[in-house]
Amino acid sequence: MSTNKDMNLILKIWRQKDQKSSGKMVDYKVNGISPDSSFLEMMDVLNEGLISKGEEPVEFDHDCREGICGMCSLYINGEAHGPDRAVTTCQLHMRKFKDGETVTIEPWRAKAFPVLKDLKVDRSSFDRIQQAGGFISVNTSGNTQDANATPISKYNADKAMDAATCIGCGACVATCKNASAMLFVGAKVTQYSLLPQGQVERKERVLNMVKQMDLEGFGNCTNTGACEVECPKGISLENIAIMNREYLKASITKED
Amino acid sequence: MKTSIARKVSMALSAFFLMIFLLQHFAINVTSIFSGETFNNLSHFMGTNFAVQYIMQPILIFGVVFHFVMGFILELKNKGARNIKYAKNNGGANSSWMSRNMILSGLVILAFMGLHFYDFWLPELKIKFVDGDWSGVLEGETGLRYFTELQHKFVNPIRVAIYCVAFIFLSLHLLHGFSSAFQSIGANNKYTRALSKFGMAYAILIPLGFVVIALFHHFNHC
Repeated sequence: MSTNKDMNLILKIWRQKDQKSSGKMVDYKVNGISPDSSFLEMMDVLNEGLISKGEEPVEFDHDCREGICGMCSLYINGEAHGPDRAVTTCQLHMRKFKDGETVTIEPWRAKAFPVLKDLKVDRSSFDRIQQAGGFISVNTSGNTQDANATPISKYNADKAMDAATCIGCGACVATCKNASAMLFVGAKVTQYSLLPQGQVERKERVLNMVKQMDLEGFGNCTNTGACEVECPKGISLENIAIMNREYLKASITKED
Repeated sequence: MKTSIARKVSMALSAFFLMIFLLQHFAINVTSIFSGETFNNLSHFMGTNFAVQYIMQPILIFGVVFHFVMGFILELKNKGARNIKYAKNNGGANSSWMSRNMILSGLVILAFMGLHFYDFWLPELKIKFVDGDWSGVLEGETGLRYFTELQHKFVNPIRVAIYCVAFIFLSLHLLHGFSSAFQSIGANNKYTRALSKFGMAYAILIPLGFVVIALFHHFNHC
């Protein structure tokens, strides 16, 4: 796919001074972009140009740049993490775009993900959902049992591992027409409900995480399946179905 | 309905009920193509049976109203969950048109139901509960009236066209709604692919069947 010919692009980028200000789309030109560079490297080139001109650089979230931390975001040309599949924005290469193309770059849009500045959003609502139940309580007083000593079926181990690959980037929320967080919450609920260590808090977990998800102002899932398609880790819709089952069972059988 | 999952499960359960009702409605209507007498007898039974009229009908009305009201509530809540829209959104890249426009297809179905009630249900209510006539026979005539009334309704080509368009939207609604309802109650497993194919067949064949019935009576009457 690579042509090695450097690219010139027109960027339409959301600029917003702070959380309280109203933002707007601003046009920029970037020239000499290598098709083999990553999308975030292209953003770096843009920012270096802006800094050299004495202008304020565009702020965006990023960290590991290896597709595992879940920090990068960006809604690129109308899709979360851009047009490629099963990749984060940091893994997206410029060869996916055409020379001279206009690229629209926006922050994740959701009431529960307020924009902090430019393309940076506050995803602490995900942290609060995790804190509501996305954990297991383990005695660490010195006689902790080795997790490997607990038998677990291969099927459940694989399913739990698939769910655990969710990096919490928020692409599911960003791409869902309802700004629903059910794929994220479903993945966390599934991961723990399949593991022996997750059984003790199984009912409280799903009830509390769903309650917190609703409190944060995320929308209701209508099963469009967009989240599954755009998820960089390929988290399946099955996780939402499992969460729905877990929630129904916990609601019916809870003791208080 | 305090939580998002409770709301989606309630939508799914009311959808299951309505899909079963639709099948039953079709099963009776399709007899009108083959035998006017059978259609008359079945319609008279449904229209005069105590359990159907006073138990099933109120449940049906509740199911229809609940499905629509909850659909609107969910739409409003979901709109509120994204206060600023994207400048550019490529929804077609990751989801079907049907799944993204359930409220639109639902509104068309609601409008159609208004016409359908005006055509059939309200006259039935007047005959039975205002005029007090439960005989099923028109004054001065012999034989049950339901088949003749059905044929008269499909004389007007504009009405037939409206019915056909409405059933296309019903098909679009079901193409997403059928499998979505199963997903909502947590049924996503090894049977899901087969169920989706069955749902696709249901979503196409049942509305198509209603279209065929409308066209059959239109062209056979003219």
